[in-house]
This record gives sequence, C-alpha cells and structure tokens, in this order.
Amino acid sequence: MKNIKGVFIHLTLILISLFCLLPFLWLTSTAMKGASENIFQYPPVLIPKFPTFNNFYEVLKAVPIIKYAINSFIVASFTVILNLIFSSLAAYPLARMNFKGKNAAFFLILLTLMIPFQAIMLPLYIIILKMNLIDSISDFSGYLGMILPFCVNAFGIFLLRQAFLTIPKELEESAFIDGCNSFQIFTKILLPLIKPSLSVLAIFTFVGSWGEFLWPSIILTKQSLFTLPVGINELQGAFSANYRLIAAGSIVSIIPILIFFISLQKYFIKGENEGAIKG
Amino acid sequence: MKQNNFLTPYIFLFPAFLCLALFFFLPFFQTVLMSFFDYSKDFYTPVFTGFSNYIQVFQNKVFIQSVFNTFWFLILCVPFLVIFPLFVAILIDQKIKFSNLYKLIIYIPVVVSIVVVAIAFKWLYQPEGLLNYFLGLVHIKPVNWLTNPNIAMLSVALVTIFKGIGYYMMIYLSALMSVPKELYEAADIDGAGFFKKHLTVTIPHLMPVIALVTTISSISALKVFVEIYVMTKGGPLNSTKTIVYYIYENAFESLELGMASAACVILLILVTIFSTINILCFERDKYGL
Repeated sequence: MKNIKGVFIHLTLILISLFCLLPFLWLTSTAMKGASENIFQYPPVLIPKFPTFNNFYEVLKAVPIIKYAINSFIVASFTVILNLIFSSLAAYPLARMNFKGKNAAFFLILLTLMIPFQAIMLPLYIIILKMNLIDSISDFSGYLGMILPFCVNAFGIFLLRQAFLTIPKELEESAFIDGCNSFQIFTKILLPLIKPSLSVLAIFTFVGSWGEFLWPSIILTKQSLFTLPVGINELQGAFSANYRLIAAGSIVSIIPILIFFISLQKYFIKGENEGAIKG
Repeated sequence: MKQNNFLTPYIFLFPAFLCLALFFFLPFFQTVLMSFFDYSKDFYTPVFTGFSNYIQVFQNKVFIQSVFNTFWFLILCVPFLVIFPLFVAILIDQKIKFSNLYKLIIYIPVVVSIVVVAIAFKWLYQPEGLLNYFLGLVHIKPVNWLTNPNIAMLSVALVTIFKGIGYYMMIYLSALMSVPKELYEAADIDGAGFFKKHLTVTIPHLMPVIALVTTISSISALKVFVEIYVMTKGGPLNSTKTIVYYIYENAFESLELGMASAACVILLILVTIFSTINILCFERDKYGL
C-alpha cells in the first residue's frame, strides 16, 4: 500500500515537472534544428536529427543579446543596491524607535502596497520625462529612468523591519552606552545581523527587476539600452517568419537567470521567503 | 531606548520617503487629477471636465468588455492557482526522495521572464504546434488557441497558471511546516486515508493561507498585461483586452490621457479592495498591524 502511494506521488510529480519544463525543452529543440529540418514536422521530433548551434550563432550576430544582458544586469544590480540601502534605512526606525508620525509613515508605506504600478505608470512616465531621466538625453539618464522608480519597495521595508525586530534590544543598548550613535549602531551592529534577510531581499529584487517588462518597454527608445525582456520581445518583430531564431534568442536570454537561480537555490526553495517580492 | 537626536528617525526615513513621494505619491495624485481633465482637444492645456471621462469610459463598449474580460481571466486562473499548487505542495511534503529537485524544477517558470514564457507558449499554441499534436493523439480536433475569440483568454490564462504554480507552491510549503504533526497521527489512528487526512486536517489548518493565495492571485490577475501584450495584443476581436491593456492602448498609443486615467482610477479601486482585505485579514503580522 505504502509503495503504491509512493509510486503515485512520484508519477504525478514527474508529470508536473515535465509540464514545467516542456515549453523550454520544445523551444530548445526548435532552436537546435537547422534549416534542413522542418520545424513543423508531423509527428513532432523533440531531439533534432542534425542538432546545430547555428541558430544561436546567427541570432547573436544579428541582435546584441549580450548587450541586452549587460543592460539587464546593470539595471537589476543598481535596483538591488538602492533597495537594500533605502529599505534597511527606513526599516530601522520603524522597528526600533518611537517618534512622532510613526503611524503615518507606516500607513503611507502600506498604501504603496495597495496601489498597482499599472495605475500610476502614465503620470510616472510624464514625471520621468520632465526629470530628463530618459535615454534620449544620455545612456546614464536612461539607466536612471529604469532604476529609480523601483529603488524602494514596501515589501522590502516590511521584510527588513521584521528582521530588525528579532534582534535583542540589549545589544543596541550596550553599544549605545559604549558611545555609538544611531548610525554606527545601524551599520556596525544591526546590518551584519540581518544579512540573511538582506540576501533574500537582494535575490528576489534581482529576479523581479531582471524580468521586468512593462516599464522598460514604455520608457526605452534606444535599442542599445534594451533590457533582455524588451529585446527578446522585439525578436518577434525582427524574425517574424523564423521561429528557429526567436527560439534561440529566448533560450540564450534565460541562461543567466537559470544559473543565478540554480546557484542560489537554497534561498528560493527554503520556503521561508514566502511572498517576499511579488510584482 | 534613548535616542541621541529627535531628528534621527526622520533622517533614516528620508531617502525612502523621497523616492516614494516622487515616484509613487506624486503620480498617484496625478492619476486621480488627470482623470478629471480632457486632453483630447489640446494636449498641453487640458480642460477640467468633472466626471465626463468616467461617463465616457463607462459608455465605451471596449472598456466594458475589457472589465468583463479581466474578471473572466480572474475566474479562469484564480481557482486553479489556489487549488493545484496546494495539491503539489502536499505531494512534495510527503518526505519523499528528490523533493528538492521537484521544487527546483517546478519553480523554474517563476524565475524565467514572462516574456520568454509567453513566447514559448506562443510556439506551443501554433496551429500545427505541439499542443495540437497532443490533442490529435487523443482524437481531439486541432484548437485555434490564440485566434479563436472564445478560447484565446483561456490560452492566456494557462500561461499565467504555468508561471504561478511554483510561486504559490512555495507559499503552501512553508505553511505546511506549521501544521502540527500530532494532528496527522491522530488522523492515522482514526484510520483516515491519504485524501481524507488532508481534507480533514491540512485544509482546515491552512484556511488562512488559502485565503491569502486567493487574494494575491486575484490581485495579480486584475493587473495582467505582459502575457497579453506578447501573445495576442488584446485580440482576436478584443477578446483578450483587459483593463491594463486598455489603459496601455489609450495612454501610449492613442494618447487619450483622460480616458486612460479614468480607467486607471477604476483599476486602482478594484485592486485596492482586494489588497485591503489581504493586508487587514491575512498579513497583519507581516506588516506589524
């Protein structure tokens, strides 16, 4: 009886896993089929008869995917750094200090959780235009325009606030008696203690920013600043008839994030970061 | 604790609040303000028109259809995203071999950009594509996944479901760790089988988390955009045009800023209802309320 149950569980999970991999496997298979092979062949062939990397070569030659990846990396990294700084700074007084307006500050941050980005993106676009944070001014301002609207996130503030709450108060008090000021306590004592939460915030912000499509697609005008999602979506227009190249480009684009995910898997599948960041 | 200076907390809060003010509260107020102005005659000198944008939007057939489409999309994906990941999480939680490998694989779609997922599905959905081949194996006629107005939304919802299973599974897995093991032992003694045990112990215990997943998946369903932009552009015959897609079209393609802002405010009200329920009922601890 026990064995039957185990077999049933494994079979079901294998089926679900296959379902989760199938779209990517099929894309890879298409990307590795050369011009001599019919990609609409019936019945479909998963493993190409004459596997080739030619499509990858072609797409990398025609489209600056590496440049897109570098842009995505720049945007995601600076978004992470700013989020870590701003969220941890804001989280500390919310966790540890009493001050006038604390409830109001709390309420305002909560409010940002309730309002969807999609409902404010139109005036935000106008604001960013007026601040000249757009790629037609310079590459630098183009990057800033992609990064700044996401430089702080209420989820991050609350996540770090909870982390600060778990640190015993005595630690701060003794440092205070030793003559540390609030800023020194913050940087020298508290921040090192909440490293696990900072890593969780960093990783989830990175993945979120890396996959972000809507905002960069609205604000970008120069191809040289395209992030991966924007660039990959453009492949559809550029190679409308050639799904081999679209597939090859898409597969290349997910390699960096897959490496990131697999090497940091313990942070993702530990199960305690639930709901950390959700666009 | 004593503080060295009454200004200290404000200095710590300042950078975050400056950003929130500029990139959040300011556009938020502008959205509301713009929804009362008419931009169609002269883009640079809008005229105050009261509620006329709202009246126009509600008389606009395409907008009404996009509201219905959005809720239809929500109904298609939310029940599945609430129930199926729970089922998967319970299976993985059975102290089986390779459980981490399963988690890893099922989580992959969550980290891959939605643009790539949508392109991959567009390829599967081709008339002579892989999905129609599978249907052919069980003698079902080929389906026009993205070109049949009655089916296109279902095809889009399948992509959203595919992308969400791993995410909600992780939420359930961390909640399952908190179910007291004694309850299962008691159920075993009572002779309950696998399904009965979970129906009588796990599900009642996880009710708050199930409700949480319901609200957060509803909120993301109301905001759906990228899947549609990449796969159908709102078509065929507006059958996959959702509220956010309608906003996008009016704001960035036809420059009907007043109408778009009114639609933004309507979206805002819908989402705020769900997220207020979510924060006040299910996530109080997380936000220290």
